[in-house]
Amino acid sequence: MSDDAKTTPKRSRDSISNTLIVAIGVSFVCSILVASAAILLKPRQLQNEEEYRQRIILDVAGLYDPGADLATLYSSIEETMTELASGELAPVYLVMDGARTEQVILPIEGAGLWSTMYGYLAVENDGNTVRGLRFYSHAETPGLGDQVDKPAWREQWQGKKLYGPDGEPQIEVVKGPAPDESDYQIDGLAGATLTGRGVSVFVRHWIGEDGYGPYLKTLGEEESR
Amino acid sequence: MNGARKVLIDPLVDNNPVTLQVLGICSALAVTTSLLPALLMCLALTSVAALSTAAISSIRNHIPNNIRIIVHMTIIASFVIVVDQMLRAYAFETSKQLSVFVGLIITNCIVLGRAEAFAMKNGVGMSFLDGLGNGLGYSAILIVVATVRELFGAGTLLGYRMLPLVSDGGWYEANGLMLLPPSAFFIIGLLIWAIRSWKQAQAEQPDYQIHEVHRTEVL
Repeated sequence: MSDDAKTTPKRSRDSISNTLIVAIGVSFVCSILVASAAILLKPRQLQNEEEYRQRIILDVAGLYDPGADLATLYSSIEETMTELASGELAPVYLVMDGARTEQVILPIEGAGLWSTMYGYLAVENDGNTVRGLRFYSHAETPGLGDQVDKPAWREQWQGKKLYGPDGEPQIEVVKGPAPDESDYQIDGLAGATLTGRGVSVFVRHWIGEDGYGPYLKTLGEEESR
Repeated sequence: MNGARKVLIDPLVDNNPVTLQVLGICSALAVTTSLLPALLMCLALTSVAALSTAAISSIRNHIPNNIRIIVHMTIIASFVIVVDQMLRAYAFETSKQLSVFVGLIITNCIVLGRAEAFAMKNGVGMSFLDGLGNGLGYSAILIVVATVRELFGAGTLLGYRMLPLVSDGGWYEANGLMLLPPSAFFIIGLLIWAIRSWKQAQAEQPDYQIHEVHRTEVL
């Protein structure tokens, strides 16, 4: 390349035609590089995303085992659709125990403090007891709101009840520590009161009349029959 | 060969981009809470720095002066996107933790600085080594900072338990400050202090010397 420096006169390098040629040439080569990387790696990335989503579903249901084959584990989960009050179809994931539904996993999403949080809520076949809650995508404050991913906080959801005796959604994330014996309250996250409030609001929305409420009721009635 | 070795080795301590030139601090704060993402970030930055300086050097005699920075940016950005796509395909979990910081390598002053200061004036091989050396210099600091932060902040290294935590019945009380960004400032500051005490030549002259005025001088 040092030969070029001697043969190419200085002026032509800064000429308008050379500027255009270099700009177009560099853009062209770079765009091919970027496009081919994106296209070649796409299948693998999609597979990663899908596996991650399946893992979260298994994890929230308490079925995930890092040693076992993901596809085999996930094959035990049935996907179905249910109609919401608005007429929209929403997915529900069922964990079956023979012919009977053992638990259901509901996709939920809603506003935290900064971001839309996407996650799954696993509910037992009584349509009321929580098995777990886990988010797979959010952009809450690192170190504060993102504590929703911490196992210690997630584990608190296990065994809580969604509805009070009157059938209204009662579950909530409180500010500060929740009373020990409470069936409905989850500890607030220090420094992330608003994230917690957001979670309370959208979890209640999704288990309410406009969300999966009717579905969970039917499920509970079928089970108690 | 001696020259090539100098270009590669110099940025490790003697001319370290983080501790001497104080560049690339932003990502050094953000990705060093634990060791694994830090290692991945090092790999990403080093490969981008080496590849882009080599690519820029190979066309350095054709790049028009008035658009040279934008040409650098285009080349660097392309390599960053390629590296980011690779991480998403082959290191999905950790790339989720790195979130935006791989993309932000585009604006990392180390990469652009080496492109402008070195690759525009030197051959392809030397520029590649220079990019590699500076990437490794950045990596060395990141690895030290991440090791200290993960070990004392969480009691683990690469996720393996090193110090048993009090909350699990051990003896070590995790230092939460280590997991917050300011601790990286302290550690980098202490590192700069240590390196400059060891290599006196790196210490800067004070900008302003405090001059003690005696009472008699004022009068």
